[in-house]
Amino acid sequence: MKTIEAFFEEIGRFFEMLWGVLVWTPRRPWDWRQLLYQMVRVGVNSLPVILLTAMFTGMVMALQTTATLMRFGAERYVGSLVSLSLVRELAAVLGGLIIAGRSGSAMGAELGSMRVTEQIDALEVMATNPIHYLVVPRVWATVVMLPLLVVVSDAIGIWGGYLVAVLLMGTNPVAYLETTFQYTEVSDVTSGLIKAAFFGLFLAVIGCQQGFYTSGGAQGVGRSTTRAVVIASIVILISDFFLTKILF
Amino acid sequence: MGAAESARPGEVKIRLRDLHKAFGPNAVLSGVDLDMAAGTSTVIIGGSGTGKSVLLKHVIGLLRPDRGSVEVDGVTVEELAGEALTRFRRKFGMAFQEGALFDSMTVAENVAFPLTRIGSRSRAEIAARVRECLGLVKLEGVEGKMPSELSGGMRRRVGFARAIAHEPEILLFDEPTTGLDPVTKETIDELIIDLKNSLASTLVTISHDMGSVFRIADRVAMLYGGKIIAHETPADLRASRDPRVFEFLRRDLEMWGAARSG
Ligand SMILES: Nc1ncnc2c1ncn2[C@@H]1O[C@H](COP(=O)(O)OP(=O)(O)O)[C@@H](O)[C@H]1O
Ligand SMILES: [Mg+2]
Repeated sequence: MKTIEAFFEEIGRFFEMLWGVLVWTPRRPWDWRQLLYQMVRVGVNSLPVILLTAMFTGMVMALQTTATLMRFGAERYVGSLVSLSLVRELAAVLGGLIIAGRSGSAMGAELGSMRVTEQIDALEVMATNPIHYLVVPRVWATVVMLPLLVVVSDAIGIWGGYLVAVLLMGTNPVAYLETTFQYTEVSDVTSGLIKAAFFGLFLAVIGCQQGFYTSGGAQGVGRSTTRAVVIASIVILISDFFLTKILF
Repeated sequence: MGAAESARPGEVKIRLRDLHKAFGPNAVLSGVDLDMAAGTSTVIIGGSGTGKSVLLKHVIGLLRPDRGSVEVDGVTVEELAGEALTRFRRKFGMAFQEGALFDSMTVAENVAFPLTRIGSRSRAEIAARVRECLGLVKLEGVEGKMPSELSGGMRRRVGFARAIAHEPEILLFDEPTTGLDPVTKETIDELIIDLKNSLASTLVTISHDMGSVFRIADRVAMLYGGKIIAHETPADLRASRDPRVFEFLRRDLEMWGAARSG
């Protein structure tokens, strides 16, 4: 009974925070500096780990599919397989999970510690809406940066797949590139980017929400940080199914 | 009195009526009645954990009462929301118990924060006011430091400077001198006395330190068992026969004695 209540309370808070972000986004003053700063934190700082992940995912995909496709003599399609899996699915989901772990957790921790040290109260006292000031820039920074990271991941992953398929497995380099571009449509790429934008929205709102409603001192901050990552990861994986269904 | 007006000196500025607040099973306030006049200095005393901070947060609408009401300048605080609440809070400055400094900003940015959000000072005026306020709390040369580089007492003083920076009508100080050395304590007390004498601000201070209380207060209110059990001038309080008040003051005197001899 308690857990069900808590579950619906979380959902209620999620939509409340989301609504708050939408309502406060157009209001002045617009804090461009803060937005830029958060974009750098989300995007630039996570770039190395995102690139590494994308590259090795492309490489593993190539390794797995080349071996399988060789059995049918269809190894020229490796490129399209690697590309489609990355572009439509893996880059967005893996990117979302990584950013949930890096930035979502940081949002939970930062806002959480601001809550327990009364900094959020101090903001309110100084005629500043904390959603406007803290949450809005973090959410939009993530919504913008995650798709950008996914674009880079797509490219790096395809390149990693190429390295393995051509140099390691000795398939035809022209065929790899040909099938990649022949079978990957623009709509495949955009569907991945739209997903990424939604994942960014979810993970940032969840991270901020966990931080915002922190109670119970330093321990509470730790709890919020963990929950920010766990809940965001689950939401990303579940929403991925439904978003894929909608975006086919 | 119109909603937009401010009370004149002597009139009631802050009115608490039958205030109730519980956190789960923990009933903290259970029927607080208290009037505070404009341009005066009220000090709230009471044992630790009795709900003094909770009381103060109701005045500025950070907490909502379960029952009863808070009126400031005739406006019922718990009826305010959104934009109206934000506007309402411009007349306040609050110093939090642990400072509550923004730890992503320098000391100067912290003190400048209310000035950039409230009022229309130029950049140069803000910088000058920041220096002035930090000077008032005897903090010079720390403008560029981060809060994490300061001691607890320094953070508290920066919080005090931030609260008074935009010269608000109502000042709420939550234990501004706790943990400070005697000399700095006196500095803060003097500041509060100056603010009080200017009659421009209504002051509400929470304090543990009876020495301070008797110096800075026009009226002292004692919170006990979720209610205000005494609300009198410092002199009357000292002469109080109420055993709960008496006990509180006696214990404090003993502590003073111990601190002096020890
Ligand atoms: N946000 C809150 N949630 C739950 N309990 C709280 C909250 N704020 C204060 N309390 C409880 O209210 C009581 C009074 O706290 P407080 O007003 O801080 O005491 P003090 O008189 O020392 O300032 C304490 O028991 C505290 O645990
Ligand atoms: Mg307190």
